[in-house]
Parts: sequence; structure tokens; C-alpha cells
Amino acid sequence: MLLELTGLSKRFGPVEVLSDVDLAIDAGEVCALVGDNGAGKSTLVKCVAGIHGIDGGAITVDGEARHITGPRDAAALGIEVVYQDLALCDNLDVVENLFLGREKMRGMMLDDDAMEQLAAETLSSLAVRTIRNLRQPVASLSGGQRQTVAIAKAVLWNSRLVILDEPTAALGVAQTRQVLELIRRLADQGLAVLYISHNLNDVFAVADRIAALYLGRMAAVLDAADATQSQVVELITSGRSGTLGLGADTNGART
Amino acid sequence: MSTTAQANDAETRPGAGTEPGAVRAVADHVRGYWAEVRSGEVGALPAVAGIIALCVFFGISQPVFLSVGNLANLFGQGAAVACIAMGLVFVLVIGEIDLSAGFASGVCAAIMAVILTDWGMPWPLAIAAAIATGVVIGLLLGTLVVKLGIPSFVVTLAAFLAFQGIVLMILEEGSNITIHNETVKAVAGGNLERWQGWTLLVLTIAAYAALQLNRWRRRVARSLVHEPLAVVVARVASLGALLTATVFLLNLERSANPQIISLTGVPVVIVLLGVLFAVWTFVLHRTRFGRHLYAVGGNREAAVRAGVNVDRVRIAAFVICSGMAAIGGIVAASRAASVDPNTGGSNVLLLSVGAAVIGGASLFGGKGTVRAALLGGAVVAIINNGMGLMGLSAGVRFGVTGAVLLLAAGVDAMSRGRGKLFGRH
Repeated sequence: MLLELTGLSKRFGPVEVLSDVDLAIDAGEVCALVGDNGAGKSTLVKCVAGIHGIDGGAITVDGEARHITGPRDAAALGIEVVYQDLALCDNLDVVENLFLGREKMRGMMLDDDAMEQLAAETLSSLAVRTIRNLRQPVASLSGGQRQTVAIAKAVLWNSRLVILDEPTAALGVAQTRQVLELIRRLADQGLAVLYISHNLNDVFAVADRIAALYLGRMAAVLDAADATQSQVVELITSGRSGTLGLGADTNGART
Repeated sequence: MSTTAQANDAETRPGAGTEPGAVRAVADHVRGYWAEVRSGEVGALPAVAGIIALCVFFGISQPVFLSVGNLANLFGQGAAVACIAMGLVFVLVIGEIDLSAGFASGVCAAIMAVILTDWGMPWPLAIAAAIATGVVIGLLLGTLVVKLGIPSFVVTLAAFLAFQGIVLMILEEGSNITIHNETVKAVAGGNLERWQGWTLLVLTIAAYAALQLNRWRRRVARSLVHEPLAVVVARVASLGALLTATVFLLNLERSANPQIISLTGVPVVIVLLGVLFAVWTFVLHRTRFGRHLYAVGGNREAAVRAGVNVDRVRIAAFVICSGMAAIGGIVAASRAASVDPNTGGSNVLLLSVGAAVIGGASLFGGKGTVRAALLGGAVVAIINNGMGLMGLSAGVRFGVTGAVLLLAAGVDAMSRGRGKLFGRH
């Protein structure tokens, strides 16, 4: 397993946002993380990304327990997060955004040409054909193109696990399809993808496995091929579905 | 068979070195630039257009405006404001403001004057002390804004008042200190020898051409999108022509009574502005720090997530701003050959902010260049100089300068809206 979370817990003061969450993601697969608002999806992501410390449990990467204390630790382990609100600078161009914080240097000067070449190679390796001019400011791109840049930024760093937080939330139909295709391509290239979404159509279109969070607990992890939409909806809304999910005694009640 | 097909192919392929291809490449480049302008990326265009329009207007209404003597005069008049404006660009780029830059320059100038005249110390020490004072002021302002989270508007407004007081205290309740040191006076008042001007011109053009061609060659070698060579050559040639004309004019005799005192050569202050321009342009566009400045101004949260040390970048911007204000103060003191409680006061700050904004720096952050500050500084200097020649009162001059600043800020706000409007599709 590339990434394994065991018994992960996180509290904000008296509120237990995540309790005893188990999740495993392997290279080459897209794992969707679903759950209602406040189920703890974003908190889970931030724990893995090193933005929040964890209060219990363990994060294991390649079978080795890791202590992730900051975004840099996560990046060093090959974990990259693409945030919902697009962490791009509108005034910088595509290349500048892709390399922000990790600029290629030639002595004390920026090596812009090398960065531009590398950016072009990365985008073409992802079969991105929608972005023609790498030197246009990101402000002039469409939502789908911006999301593509954000994802490419995560891929550029030889990352192994890419976490996408609602990447299609603000996109139209055609642009959503572009981004979903890109996500599939990441997994096909051997990356692990953790994909967070509210949209079950998108989830079923792209995911290999579906993990449903319910009030900070992992209700169930299903193979997408065996699951139905109604099952997943039940898991999201009530934490169980038939024999799947959390037991009646733990249904929302905290002990 | 195949060779003829290849030959045909090469002939018909656009941009393969044939004349129509080269022309088309240039035309494409021009069209691309025009599309950028239309989408709100006006850059230096309003400032350049303003300079030309103002020169034509004042040149017609006051012929003396276009005299060589007045040209040299313009640089001296505008230099202090241009220095402060260059520094302000750094603060504007990160989306902050420094209202205290004017009086910070006054404090630094006063310290220099005291060390130089009252204590009789050597000039390098006095200038170093003035710049060091600017750096300390910037550190203080930056720390208050960044570490304590007080809005820069408030911090620097408080400093605006406090520095005014400090100048008064240093100058002992409003006396003025005369500067006798010839070296310091030469900063704003001295001229180069004729041959020095020409040598500098040749070196400057050679350096610029080398940089431009080298960059073009590197991009071609990596087969990246590059400008047509003709555009690069045209840019080098036009800048070279402009600089050559300037040096030629400034090397003419411009004294009213050449028999008594000869006045020729490129003013030293132009060299100072040129060096500062080159250094800060390099820092803004060719270093990691410069890239991070723009990132912080564009989206601070994104910069944090990308691992940029945002606090350090922001404090550094304030340090550069106040440091440049110190240099502006030295230039102002040098020009007046004295320091009084009004050095860096009055409208200096507003003219500096105006210069940066007129040149294309955005008050909303994320946008601005050192070149913008220089061009905007030229606009401000020309307005003041021209209206002075027309004999208009200070009241009218303030009013007009204010209106121009408002106009520039309006263009800034509108081009921002336009960029948004045309950006998304």
C-alpha cells in the first residue's frame, strides 16, 4: 500500500472531527472520498497534507510509519494536494504558477526557459492540449484550464499521491469531463489519487474504490464496480446501507 | 522525388526564413500584443502616451520646455520622486501601501545632513547612515504590518506623522542645515564629462543588446515560443536611438552664459536612476524573491501553500521601499543643497504614489514594474515642470496632478475589470 491510515483521530477542542478512520490507497488507483458536509473529508485531507497534526492513529507510507508535521514533509513523501479553491496566483503565468515555490535556478537567476520547457513536457505527458500559451496569466484561463494547471502543478514534482479536493465543483459539463479524464490518466500513469467529491456521477465515472465518511467515521470502503449510487447515498446520509456501514449503536452517537 | 517534395515543403512552410514568413511572424507578434492591450494588459502604454501628449502640449505652449536646459532640469526635478516611486512599487506589488515613504526620506536626509555638516564626518559615512536608517525604518514598518497584523495603511499613516516630528526634532525646531560637501551635491547637480556620457551609452546599449540576443538565442535553442528576431532587433535599435539622442542633446552646451560657466554632459542623477532601475528590475523579474513578491501580491494563500516564506518577503518589500526612500531623500537634499523640515514632505509622497500608479502599478497588488515607476515619475515631473513654465500657481498644479493620479487609478481599476470581463470564457 502506498498510503495507509490506521485509527486516525483528530479533535478540535472537544469536537472529535475524525475518529478511528482507516483508509488505504494503492498506486494506480483512484479512491473517491465521499461524505456529507462536516463529515470530515477536508480535515482528513489536511491531516495527510500535514496542515493539521493528528491526535491519534498512524499514517503509513510504503509500509513505514511517518510523522507528517507540515506541507513540506508531505511533499517530501510525494503527497501533493490540489485544493478546492485553487491555489493559483492570477497575476502569474502558467509556468510561473507551476513552479511557484520550487523555481529552477541558474545561479541566483531564475531559469525561466528551463521551467517553460519542463512545463510544456509535463502538460504534453498528461495529454493536455487545452492550454496553448504557457506565458499567459492564469487569470485569462477558463475554470477547467485553471484546474488543469493546478493538477499539473501537483504532478510536476514526481508526486506519488495526488489529493484532489472537489476539483470539479465549479466547472461546466465539458470542463468536468476534461478534468475527470485527466484524473483517470494520472492513475493510469501509476499515481495514487484520492478524489473528494459531492457529485456521485463524477465519482462513479472515475473511481476504482469509494470510501464514505459519516460524521467523522469511516462508514465503508466499497469497490466502485460492485456499489450502486443508492448504497453510497445511504452511507453518506445515514452511515449504513443494509449490512454495510456503521453499527446501530454507533449511529451518530458519540461514546 | 522525395528531395523535390521537401524543397517544395520548405518553400511553402510559413516562417521558414522566407520574407513573407518573417513579415507574418512580426505581424502576428504585433497582433498578439494588441490583443493583450485590449484584454486590459495596458502595461506602460498610458504612461508613454501621456509623456508624448504632454511633451507636445507643453512644447507648443511653452517652447522653452523643449530646450536642452529644461530637459536636464526635468531629470533633476523628478529624480527624488522617481526613487521613492521605485521603492513604492515593491510595497504596491504585495498589495500594501507605504504612506510614510515621503517623510522617511526626510528623516534619512536630515540624518545625513547632521552627520555631514554638524558633525563634519566624511560623506560615505553620512550616506551609509542615511540608507541604514531607511533600512531600519522599513524593518520596523514591515514587522509591525506583518507580525502584528496592523494594516499597512494605519502603520504608515502613524509613521507619516511620527517621522514628520522626528525631522523637526533632528533639525531642532525647523532650522535648516546647509550641505557644503561637493560630492553629495554632485549626486543631483553634477554632470558627466562628454566622453564619459558616450562611453556609458555604448556600454549600456551593448549590454542591453547582448542580454536581449542571448535570451532570444536561448529560447530558440530550446525551441520555445520566441519573438521574431526582427522584433528583438527593432527593440534594441529603438532604445539605442532614444538613448543616443538623449546623450547627444545633453552633451550640447545648455548654459545661459557659456562664457561665464559651461554646462554640458549627462547629469549624474540619470546614471543613478539607470543603475537603480537595472538592479531592481533584475531583482523583480530574474530572482526567486521577485517572483515571490508577485505571488504574494496575487494570492497570498497560494504563496503560503507553495512554501513561500510570505512574512519574510513582505518585510523585505517594506525594507526596500524605505531604503529607496532614503536614496530619494539623499537626492532631494543634494538638489536643494540643504535639508529643512519640509524635505520629503508636502506632496512628495502623493507624487511618488502617483508616479507608480500612473506607470501601471496596481493599488490592488500583484502588478507593477520598476519601469512603471520611472515612466510615471517622468509624467509627474513633466506636468509640474510644464505648468511651472506656464506660470500656473501651485494650487492649479496640485489640482491637475491630483486629477492625473485619479485618472491613472481609474485606468487601473477599469483595466482590472476589463481583464476579468475578457479573461473568463
